[in-house]
Amino acid sequence: MASVPVAEGVFTWPSDDPQLIGSKCGACGIVTFPAQGSCPRCASTDMAEHLLARRGALWAWTTQDFPPPSPPYAGPTGKDFVPFAVGYVELPGEVKVETRLTEHDPSALTHGMEMELVIVPFRTDDDGNDVVTFAFAPVRPVQGSAS
Amino acid sequence: MSDVAIIGVGLHPFGRFGDTTGIEMGAVAARRALADAGIEWRDVQFGFAGSYEIDNPDAVVAFLGLTGIPFTDVYNGCATAASALALAAQTIRLGEHDVGIALGMDKHVGGAFKADPRLYACPSWYGELGQFLTTKFFGMKINKYMADHGISSSTLAKVAAKNYRNGVLNENAFRRKPLSEEEILDSPMLNYPLTQYMFCSPDEGAAAVVLCRADRAREYTDTPIYLRATAVRTRRLGAFEVHSPWLPIEETPGATVDASRAAYEMAGIGPEDVDVIQLQDTDAGAEVIHLAENGFCADGEQERLVADGETEIGGRLPTNTDGGLIANGEPIGASGLRQVHEIVLQLRGQAGDRQVPGSPRVGYTQLYGAPGTAGVSILSR
Repeated sequence: MASVPVAEGVFTWPSDDPQLIGSKCGACGIVTFPAQGSCPRCASTDMAEHLLARRGALWAWTTQDFPPPSPPYAGPTGKDFVPFAVGYVELPGEVKVETRLTEHDPSALTHGMEMELVIVPFRTDDDGNDVVTFAFAPVRPVQGSAS
Repeated sequence: MSDVAIIGVGLHPFGRFGDTTGIEMGAVAARRALADAGIEWRDVQFGFAGSYEIDNPDAVVAFLGLTGIPFTDVYNGCATAASALALAAQTIRLGEHDVGIALGMDKHVGGAFKADPRLYACPSWYGELGQFLTTKFFGMKINKYMADHGISSSTLAKVAAKNYRNGVLNENAFRRKPLSEEEILDSPMLNYPLTQYMFCSPDEGAAAVVLCRADRAREYTDTPIYLRATAVRTRRLGAFEVHSPWLPIEETPGATVDASRAAYEMAGIGPEDVDVIQLQDTDAGAEVIHLAENGFCADGEQERLVADGETEIGGRLPTNTDGGLIANGEPIGASGLRQVHEIVLQLRGQAGDRQVPGSPRVGYTQLYGAPGTAGVSILSR
């Protein structure tokens, strides 16, 4: 079955070198994610697509150890729920993006660690397609961590 | 401009009440506030009513009396009750009316709040992925704060244990059972480092406050409490706020800091003058952060303050003396007026077993919530 992105316009897909799709304000230069049609800083509507850097530093993080309420959550629930981690990754000079993390163990996560964009399985839709989403993975394991 | 006094407060207990509707709870709170003020419903000239679940909380007039007054409904996220209070106070300050009511009520099901992310200017996929969730934001914020400022999980457990303990002393509280620090730390992890018993729960309840022109307050009561400031603020670009799929590189203080500074300036009162404090403790970490964001300590100082018992009822900074959200739960429309109810009792010296010693003169309340909205009020004898 085909692999389809969780939504169009969020990341370049299919791609060997996927990137998140943001936007940049032609008037003040702020970068947003996802892309939006007007600027949250200066209100200009001169926004252009801007592909984001693939590496950055973990700025904040937590774990999601219970299934989020459905809807809106569309992932596996009940006994199929797999806890995951969420954080903000700061892409230097661009933006902090909120993202799933591939690592869920708190002892393997530390503020400031280098992270890289990956595309990961999220769920199987009603047509049997593999729905994929973006996440960030540690570039190197935390020293002394078990994983 | 007229100053504003609070002449009556009333509460329907917080918790779970079966088939009792939110509107019925609102009517109970309103009647208790009227009785406390020694007035009748026909004496009330205007009202503001706040709720999340109830479309038209002003329909409470069906139980109180159809007197034709201007009665406006308010919804402003977790700052709903602060907004109802601020609007009621402004109506009096501007001289439009002399006596009015701010009323809040709600009736939520248990568990984390859920909503369509598109209604919060967020994309659908943000919700589908399970990221449109307030608890996750609070986990991230306190986790980062602990790393930046040296706060331990033990401090989070001490804060939650204190609020459960204060709830035992409050006959209107939802949770009235003490929990040890160990039980709190050992409860299931929800959003690291926050465990189940470190969080409040959406529940049911109602609260009401009767306000009047300060120069007429003594016609009604010997113990008027003056509303010295009300301030509501929303997030600025760069603030670390709930429901943000992204943040800019630039950083700026959050809505609570802005509302707090505005309220202190309006009141001509500083944090050093405050004797009793109510803070938004959606979780134990939020109380820790909000102590600093509202000016009561420096970042990181909470570790020592909490260990030394400074935020206990007998401490220098008594905080959430009625158990806060952790023991009372959060019926959104009523939560901030519950805070004001507690401050009024404390400043009148009527808080019973949980009375702050030393005749407190100045009280402070703060609300914070989605989508990055804060409300602060400052009260004094």
